[in-house]
Amino acid sequence: MAYGPHTPADRRRMLTALGMQSADELFADIPPALRSTPLRLDPPEPEQLLMGRLAHMAGRNRVDLASFLGAGAYRHFSPPLVDQILLRGEWYTAYTPYQPEVSQGTLQSIYEYESLMAELTGLDIVSASHYDGAAATAEAALMTCRATGRRRVLVSRAVHPHYRAVVRTYVDGAGLDLEDIPLVADGPLAGTTDLAALDRLLADADHPTAGVILAQPSFYGLLEPMAEAGSRAHAAGALFVAVVEPVSLAVLAPPGAYGADIAAGEGQALGIPAQYGGPYLGILACTEPLVRQIPGRLVGMTTDVDGKRAYVMTLQAREQHIRREKAASNICTNQTLLALAASVWLASLGPHGLRDVAAHGASRAAELEAALAAIGIERVHPGAYLNEFAIRVPNAAAVHHTLLARGVLAGLVIEDAVPDEPSVADALLVCTTEVTTSDDIAAFARELEAVLA
Amino acid sequence: MSASGPRLQPTLFELSKPGRGGDKIPHAPKGALDRLPAEHRRAHPPGLPELNEPDVVRHYVNLSQLNHAVDTGFYPLGSCTMKWNPKVNEWAARLPGFAQLHPMAPDDVAQGTLQLLWELEQMLIEISGMRAVTLQPAAGAHGELTGVLMIRAYHEARGDTGRTDVLVPDSAHGTNPATATMAGLRTVSIKAAADGGIDLDAFRAALSPTTAAVMITNPSTMGLFESRVGELIEAVHAVGALAYMDGANLNAILGRFKPGEAGFDVMHINTHKTFSTPHGGGGPGAGPVAVGDKLAPYLPAPRVVREADGSFRLERVGERPTSIGRMRSFVGSTGVLVRAYAYLRTHGASGLAEITDDAVLAANYLKSLLAASGVYDIPFPGVCKHEFIASATSIKKQTGVRTLDIAKRLLDHGFHAPTVYFPLTVDEAMLIEPTETESIETLDAFANALVEIAREAATDPETIKTAPHTAAVRRLDEAGAARNPNLRWRPAVGDWTPCPD
Amino acid sequence: MVPADLRYTKDHEWVRVDGDTATIGVTDFAANQLGDVVFVDLPSVGKSVDQFATFGVVESVKAVSDLYAPLSGEVVEVNGDLGGAPELVNSDPFGGGWMIRVRVSDAAQVDGLLDAAAYERLTSEA
Repeated sequence: MAYGPHTPADRRRMLTALGMQSADELFADIPPALRSTPLRLDPPEPEQLLMGRLAHMAGRNRVDLASFLGAGAYRHFSPPLVDQILLRGEWYTAYTPYQPEVSQGTLQSIYEYESLMAELTGLDIVSASHYDGAAATAEAALMTCRATGRRRVLVSRAVHPHYRAVVRTYVDGAGLDLEDIPLVADGPLAGTTDLAALDRLLADADHPTAGVILAQPSFYGLLEPMAEAGSRAHAAGALFVAVVEPVSLAVLAPPGAYGADIAAGEGQALGIPAQYGGPYLGILACTEPLVRQIPGRLVGMTTDVDGKRAYVMTLQAREQHIRREKAASNICTNQTLLALAASVWLASLGPHGLRDVAAHGASRAAELEAALAAIGIERVHPGAYLNEFAIRVPNAAAVHHTLLARGVLAGLVIEDAVPDEPSVADALLVCTTEVTTSDDIAAFARELEAVLA
Repeated sequence: MSASGPRLQPTLFELSKPGRGGDKIPHAPKGALDRLPAEHRRAHPPGLPELNEPDVVRHYVNLSQLNHAVDTGFYPLGSCTMKWNPKVNEWAARLPGFAQLHPMAPDDVAQGTLQLLWELEQMLIEISGMRAVTLQPAAGAHGELTGVLMIRAYHEARGDTGRTDVLVPDSAHGTNPATATMAGLRTVSIKAAADGGIDLDAFRAALSPTTAAVMITNPSTMGLFESRVGELIEAVHAVGALAYMDGANLNAILGRFKPGEAGFDVMHINTHKTFSTPHGGGGPGAGPVAVGDKLAPYLPAPRVVREADGSFRLERVGERPTSIGRMRSFVGSTGVLVRAYAYLRTHGASGLAEITDDAVLAANYLKSLLAASGVYDIPFPGVCKHEFIASATSIKKQTGVRTLDIAKRLLDHGFHAPTVYFPLTVDEAMLIEPTETESIETLDAFANALVEIAREAATDPETIKTAPHTAAVRRLDEAGAARNPNLRWRPAVGDWTPCPD
Repeated sequence: MVPADLRYTKDHEWVRVDGDTATIGVTDFAANQLGDVVFVDLPSVGKSVDQFATFGVVESVKAVSDLYAPLSGEVVEVNGDLGGAPELVNSDPFGGGWMIRVRVSDAAQVDGLLDAAAYERLTSEA
């Protein structure tokens, strides 16, 4: 067996100690009727051949395109030191710090992650991580119901469709109610969350609202009226949840500044590779009064018996291993290594580097908007955006497909992800970051113009 | 104040010095943000630390050295399967074609990964004896929720809406009852039989038309194969309920027992346990869920589809209306799944069977050493699977030394402690899982350490009660941490806790 | 020895009845079983509690337990000291660690509770 330490003599010695002739006797407790048919799998593959196979498979993916695809997962520069730290076995081959005395590295790194995210979000309580931005948002929705004793959650249709789908799964599972807040159809606010509709939904006295969820920036890249939505939620006795993109928090008002009670978001942009969907980093933060409602692990600073500073998992009575069916969530294994990746990335870039990342993305986006306008391609929505926006393109899906063959990944065909929003039919969602080049932008405009001609 | 072990570290924030670091990213053009409305702009920049590259690297290298890990030593944490994490897996996940692929990339440019995911599904179908697999869940508990939501959808689709209960043995992981609650169901806890196994009569008495499912961990959290599980599944199906298998302990039964063949309707698999994907200090994991025919229509979307021409694609939005929907964004934790795939290819059928044989052999051997010592209680003396329970009940009675103290003293011997005080049904429990990748010398040394500690408990209990003595820190004020939670760095907080060293 | 002038529940709450007011807490046995108490979640003044129904939760580092009301009534006072010093439940369970005072709605319910001797028997068997 690969990686196994036992020589035939070792196995014999262990079997002899057990008074057994063969390993089969170790499985005598499996009733004959339950015993398995043989495994039908390929034979073992030596490492050299395996590496050839994997390299070939990876090579069948195309990652060399000029890409304008964001939609919830973003390419960013990551200094080589980040992955070199992550490859230390002391980090990635440890588990949950159940024995704090020999886990201070992991524990302090989580405490520092909590502190970094508290700085970014402006909220004091940050969980040690959730599965991804969507699952964190779903947990936030459930939190609002636990905290208010109400059963109805409102989510904007400008929140990422995957997040809305996951919130739907979780809220339905818990037997709670979920309703959409529609978008403004036209005018200067087109595509943003419709506050008048939110008012109407909140006014329904028979169905008091537990939580209101908006994303900043929205799925369509637009800046949303967070402060206004939050004050409306609070006036109705509901909590306000902000779905955030952490890089943007370098330059956009943080949830704590506009009165959000909970922030949820995807931490992938903090230096974590796209890797076709994960593992990612679910960020979940809240205000101090909600600390006993937040699911997931929390690490706190304390002292040891000698008075030395030390770190430990705390407030564990919220968690499934103690509270079982009354726990705040069933979460156990989380995304600690990704929280470490985000922390190392942030520590490497610092506050100025993070601002540069966000500002560069915005700058490239303006460049892209201008280049596309020059060939007659306009944005779908007039409102302010940071580094992602929707463009109107006739026959968007076919054009997108044709551009692929010309080396351009022209963002997302919005209709594929949101088939039930007619206002964004024949539209592409495009995004830039600091790794987008002027050459990429020129190629996009050139090829798009050629395809449309 | 100096630490006796590896050096404790100040926080990133204390290391920060304004003006240090930078130059990793070109400066953005001036005025890049001027087009943003003022009300959306951040008033004050976030208080992130300013560090240069050596600061950052030394901080994290020094911190890492405060951790016990599989790469540094034996880690017999029961129910967690802390086996070797192969290095080729890390290489594979970092191949640019895998690592840089955007999750919304069109199917045309993602054929390599889609093929890998599809082949991994086929391998897990074969191992589980089930009919279909979703790779979407991000961890075991997430897989449990996926499975139980599918069970609910199955009953509801049949108009069978009165099923509110999930029966769970009292030895179950806490995730099982917590999952039932998240799925809107009620947990009914069933006491184990005297031999530690399923109490068939108690289950039969509790099964009714309101039972949605039973959740069984097999082998159980006591490390015992549930030999009566066949009868239980029959009884479960007879009342119209479904049988869920918690696959946390799959490492014990590869090639020996296929849950689907035995009649289970659904199970989850922890890739970070059985299939060697690293535990990451708490995660990530991945929790694929395998189902039989009854539940296949309800699998989360999107699934990977293999077309007649041999190409692969993801399901489109709304393509399969019976699905329970999404459990997370995108397709799954693909980077974890690449590692699991590499591991399964490395081992093949014969290698997987050998893993299980060696894991079970190691557990039984270690158990026999402790049983022979006569100082630890072994509540279930028969053959175990990949893990077993030892208890310090007698030691506690004689010396006052508890399981917690023994766990801490093991740290001084260079070992990680077993899982302690779990399952909740055994007093002073230690759940010990050696895995198949630890040598006989390590197993002998660990048994010797435990016996030595038991001897020390009689002669010098204080040393054990105040252990560990060689770690970077000693026992922590956990009550203080919970009474006055300090969950984030603030300069004012730093004033009252001095910087180490 | 538990105080003789109190009455007890099987779930280890104690109650001291004084006129129509009852003071409620948990016993030293319960506090020891829980270990270091770190948080006590209590109802607000004005809420009503029902005999043997849960009225709150007590958390220690590694355990959590529901609190069951020995008597029905309306909460008239909550021990605010426990917010800042939950350790009072461990150090002075029958005194400073009291939890709530209720205006008793049915004095006859006291008859259904254990006296000190019966409670002592219960805990010595445990």
